[in-house]
Amino acid sequence: MIKVDEKGFYGRFGGAYIPEMLHPNVEELRESYEAIMASGEFQDEFRGLLKDYVGRPTPLYFASRLSEKFGAKIYLKREDLCHTGAHKVNNTIGQIILAKKLGKKRIIAETGAGQHGVATATVCALMGMECTIYMGEIDIARQHPNVERMKILGATVVPATSGSKTLKDATNEAMRAWINNPVDTHYIIGSVVGPHPYPEMVARFQSVISEEIKWQLQEKEGTENPDIVIACVGGGSNAAGAFYHYYNTPDVRLVAAEAGGLGVNSGKTAATTAKGTPGILHGSKTILMQTEDGQVVEPHSISAGLDYPGIGPVHAHLFDVGRGEFVAVEDKDAMAAGIELSRLEGIIPAIESAHAIYALNLIEYSKDDVIVINLSGRGDKDLDTYIKWGGY
Amino acid sequence: MNRIHTLFNTKKDRVLSIYFTAGFPKLEDTMPIMEAIQAGGADIIEVGVPYSDPVADGPTIQDSNMIALENGISLKKIFEQLAGFREKIHIPVVLMGYLNPIMQYGMEEFCKKCQEVGVDGLILPDLPMQQFIDDYKGLFEHYGLVNTFLISPQTSDKRIREIDENTSGFIYMVSSHSITGAKSGISEEQIAYFERVKAMNLKNPRLIGFGISDTETFTTASNYSNGAIIGSAFIKTVKDSKNLSEDIRDYIQSVMD
Repeated sequence: MIKVDEKGFYGRFGGAYIPEMLHPNVEELRESYEAIMASGEFQDEFRGLLKDYVGRPTPLYFASRLSEKFGAKIYLKREDLCHTGAHKVNNTIGQIILAKKLGKKRIIAETGAGQHGVATATVCALMGMECTIYMGEIDIARQHPNVERMKILGATVVPATSGSKTLKDATNEAMRAWINNPVDTHYIIGSVVGPHPYPEMVARFQSVISEEIKWQLQEKEGTENPDIVIACVGGGSNAAGAFYHYYNTPDVRLVAAEAGGLGVNSGKTAATTAKGTPGILHGSKTILMQTEDGQVVEPHSISAGLDYPGIGPVHAHLFDVGRGEFVAVEDKDAMAAGIELSRLEGIIPAIESAHAIYALNLIEYSKDDVIVINLSGRGDKDLDTYIKWGGY
Repeated sequence: MNRIHTLFNTKKDRVLSIYFTAGFPKLEDTMPIMEAIQAGGADIIEVGVPYSDPVADGPTIQDSNMIALENGISLKKIFEQLAGFREKIHIPVVLMGYLNPIMQYGMEEFCKKCQEVGVDGLILPDLPMQQFIDDYKGLFEHYGLVNTFLISPQTSDKRIREIDENTSGFIYMVSSHSITGAKSGISEEQIAYFERVKAMNLKNPRLIGFGISDTETFTTASNYSNGAIIGSAFIKTVKDSKNLSEDIRDYIQSVMD
């Protein structure tokens, strides 16, 4: 049974390894999130905004030319059609309503590529709340359009100048900012990472993805269950959302595509389960890439959204118990898959999502298998990377 | 008896604990700094175990951690440096570090090694109290290590009582809503928090840390507790030092005067 326990553990992963200064905030959230999320008032507002503001349900699209090429029945779950261009907004809508119910006045968040930062700045504008986004100095330089989008939306973008100046350091800075402003501020974590209850809370907000897949597939195939669900995993929020309602349906294979970078053994990779070991990162016990002395190793992926040294604890558990199949997709293969999908289906995917597309080449399946690939985001934000890469 | 207990049995007031980062500014400065802290007259030495992602620390300690790691420090190396330190250092020594490097070293092996070299206590800021009680309390006791928990102005009275119940050395009172090195000076709001905790008559002694940097803040903190902890301000002193032993002695004496 894949389920979080009372202490926030999935098997041996999870928990809340946080400094005491964060304890009251995290405890407040833990005590209240389930009751708030279960209330009719919350659900009405959340469902209403997902429908009218985000544009849900997102289509489950039968990709006929892709299916023909791979010899299976392949569906794309079109999270790329969400407002702001990716699944990230499902979570930020949920968390900002929660923050309002908790009486918070300010929002802080971390961002890597800027997608979660944009999704957070968007909902802050929607709700009229003050918004500060922490972003690594290096990411600010390489994701300039998203920085400007956040600023247009009224957010303050603060560079994280510590450590490696990327996503993990932006997360550290956001945690420090929360320690410094514990009373009036809510921290919207963007993935299924961090101390309990964040991983489960974020997964529940994202679980709308698999909730929709079930009824959409029922309409199209006469069954709720595909044979395989494929999603990319950085921290793993889109994968958690796509897997959530299938965790305990063993007939449905769950495939997680990690970023292989320049190759799993190149020293330039973000393939966490391939290269990582158990440890603690950002408040939870999980699998992370680290030295034998326990120092966190800086990952590499061409896709900023997968450029993270750990994975959410639920994914570490799926890996640990063999419920998930983890594959590593290299930069070059993800780029080729992105271009291939553009040519076959007229959809330019985010490079993150292109990793999930390429995973078709790395797994075994039969001709009649129904495969759902979670297309977590669109490629607009990655145009610069596509242009520099070339090959089209 | 554990040296921390011995200390607080005899000294109830103006206890000064100094935090420094092992392997900083130079890899082999660990022992000379410890000797200088003792020579300067401080009561407790906190040896910081560097970590790549210290979330409770401000820029000064973050930078010292990064430099120490670049210098080649590791927990293994720290234990090599600490081997035999009890020949020179007689005051209590506490190791302070984040959980992950210790987990990779192995918690039991770590505790055993601490006892072997002569460490008296541990401060592990991201070790949750419940996890400590469930998994490690017996282990720490077995190896003669006292454990210190942090409390902050946000910590409820109920939790402070629980922490007091499960602490056996001293309680580390974080002075404000902050990471290390964030503020200087002590506000009225902080004084109210110090008084609230003082009035609780806890069984453990209390040291106030975060934002303590000079004789004025040290004295204010001591008026409401058993003493104080200095970290970032001390790191700044050693960072720019041309003569470690002299500068450390001068700094500590300027605080204690």
